Amino acid sequence: MHIPDGYLSPSTCAVLYGTAIPFWYVAFARVKRLLNTRLVPLLAVVSAFCFVIMMFNVPLPGGTTGHAVGVGAATVVLGPWASMLAVSIALLIQAVFFGDGGITTLGANCFNMAIVGSLVARFIYQVVAGRTAITSSRRALAAGLAGYAAINVAAFFAACELGIQPLFFKDASGTPLYAPYALHIAIPAMMLGHLTFAGLAELFVSGGMVAYLQRTNPALLGQKSAAGTDEGARPIGATTGWSATRPLWIRLALLMLLTPLGILAAGTAWGEWGAKDFSDPQMRQQIAAASGNIAPPSQRPQGLARLSSLWSAPFPQYAPPFLRHPAFGYVMSAVFGSGLILGSFLLISWMAGGRGADASRTSP
Amino acid sequence: MTRANKNSRGVIERSLGSFVDALEYAFYSEALARKNGLLQKLDPRIKILALLPLIVIAALSRRLWVIATLFVIAVAVAMFSNVPLRTLVTRVWLGVLTFTGFISLPALFLTPGRPLYALPLLGWIVTAQGLRAVLYLIMRAQTAATFSVLLVLCTPWSSLLKALRVLRLPIVLVVVLGMTYRYIFLLLHNAHDMFTSHKSRMVGRLTGREQRRAAAASTGVLMSKTLQLSGDVYLAMRSRGFQGEVYVLDEFHTDWFDWATLAAFLTIGALAFWFGR
Repeated sequence: MHIPDGYLSPSTCAVLYGTAIPFWYVAFARVKRLLNTRLVPLLAVVSAFCFVIMMFNVPLPGGTTGHAVGVGAATVVLGPWASMLAVSIALLIQAVFFGDGGITTLGANCFNMAIVGSLVARFIYQVVAGRTAITSSRRALAAGLAGYAAINVAAFFAACELGIQPLFFKDASGTPLYAPYALHIAIPAMMLGHLTFAGLAELFVSGGMVAYLQRTNPALLGQKSAAGTDEGARPIGATTGWSATRPLWIRLALLMLLTPLGILAAGTAWGEWGAKDFSDPQMRQQIAAASGNIAPPSQRPQGLARLSSLWSAPFPQYAPPFLRHPAFGYVMSAVFGSGLILGSFLLISWMAGGRGADASRTSP
Repeated sequence: MTRANKNSRGVIERSLGSFVDALEYAFYSEALARKNGLLQKLDPRIKILALLPLIVIAALSRRLWVIATLFVIAVAVAMFSNVPLRTLVTRVWLGVLTFTGFISLPALFLTPGRPLYALPLLGWIVTAQGLRAVLYLIMRAQTAATFSVLLVLCTPWSSLLKALRVLRLPIVLVVVLGMTYRYIFLLLHNAHDMFTSHKSRMVGRLTGREQRRAAAASTGVLMSKTLQLSGDVYLAMRSRGFQGEVYVLDEFHTDWFDWATLAAFLTIGALAFWFGR
């Protein structure tokens, strides 16, 4: 799953670096706020742990062996934010010093394994473990499933990144410039190995480690924070509340107020044309001007016309019909959209049974 | 010896082998970094600025001959830096060729395009586009891996980590990376001891399930030791006056040779970018 250099186009790599950076930033801020001066030694030593874990050979059913990434184990003990930092650092050292995974593809590897893996592991662990006691066997099962799901979702993301390469990056003769397999080949090929072997290695390491710690050192599984701080049962990833998130709320509100800036832009975004635009002479001129003076098809594309009637947006063009002022419509759309996303996350959090401090007390 | 017996011995030995390989590789690269060669003479920051763009340009290029030229340049730089070709063959090229070659082989037949050759018995058709796609992938991977390895083999790792600041990495991250690198060896040593003692106590053969339990228990022990170590390191740092601020001693300096070499590498990069568009 460590994608080497040359398999992804530089633009895909740049997008994935860009996607990973906000997660790293938030993770770093949250972990630093909780650990303060303990941050440096904890991150350094746990990253070294993740690196060494990746070298363990885990025997698998059928006589073969596999390597675990350790993302499930790190997430269960440290929480998702510290885990995504520690696994990212381990991946950086692997890429730079041991040539396992590329340098240009480091953002993609960190996004898949460290970020997506940690968040999936956290979610599955919370859902399956629920509010059971620290020594409950359900927690070992939860940790195993968390590791298994984390590595498979990460593999799925990696397969998608590889699978979109031949769609977008070909030379004039149709030769794929990077990973040559389309999604219908990349996804089954990647998932077959991970659902059967690599996933099992992660399952055994995560589940087995939690079962072992339950017998020997249950304090590491939630009675005390992993860093040994005075934060009691609070996991690293559970720093919530108004004071902790105030800067983010303020920035979100500011961004909502700035949304009408989009009205200032002339024309429409390239490729975001509607079916009607193809029969509007003025829009046809704009499309041609934005496409290197290549005239758009004389008829509106049939597929576009057919699919565009499937769904009518409640706020078309970010301007609900009952609002006359477009700028106010933009702000309203921003508030509505953000509220919908936040509401969805609250619902997922509530369904996972891990709201606020209750979840913090019962899970690491 | 049954398959289970072979496997029970193999798992521990393979883990031990992985630990020893990592340690050997680290010691070998430290020794190579002390040799007198082109890249070894350069300031580590200049090395990063010279080689990283070439890795990116190898990934950007849409011409096979440009990637091949970059690869030849990488080999020439290796020779001028006293990096044995045998090292590159065994540690980089064979590995990349095997891995990428294995992965990309089906693309020869699966990529649609102009037919070139039909396999005699199977009748599978190799297409021109498939062949080019495989060449692109292998050559890009080989070139990028060669430049990456040269960067690491010709620079003491502690210097390389400090030099990462030239990429505007936060100081705290550079410090964490440096400490991580140091503690990797301690934990590798711990893991090696753990597996060796496990092996020395074994008189019978473990079943697959017992081996998995042993591997999971080793992970748990290592995690406990890791967190204990993190607390100890923190207390040691505090006792030496650490209050959260981190500093890095910047002992690097550049001279005309560094800048001339950087200019040469950047010129190569610019030409490769231009011709590879």
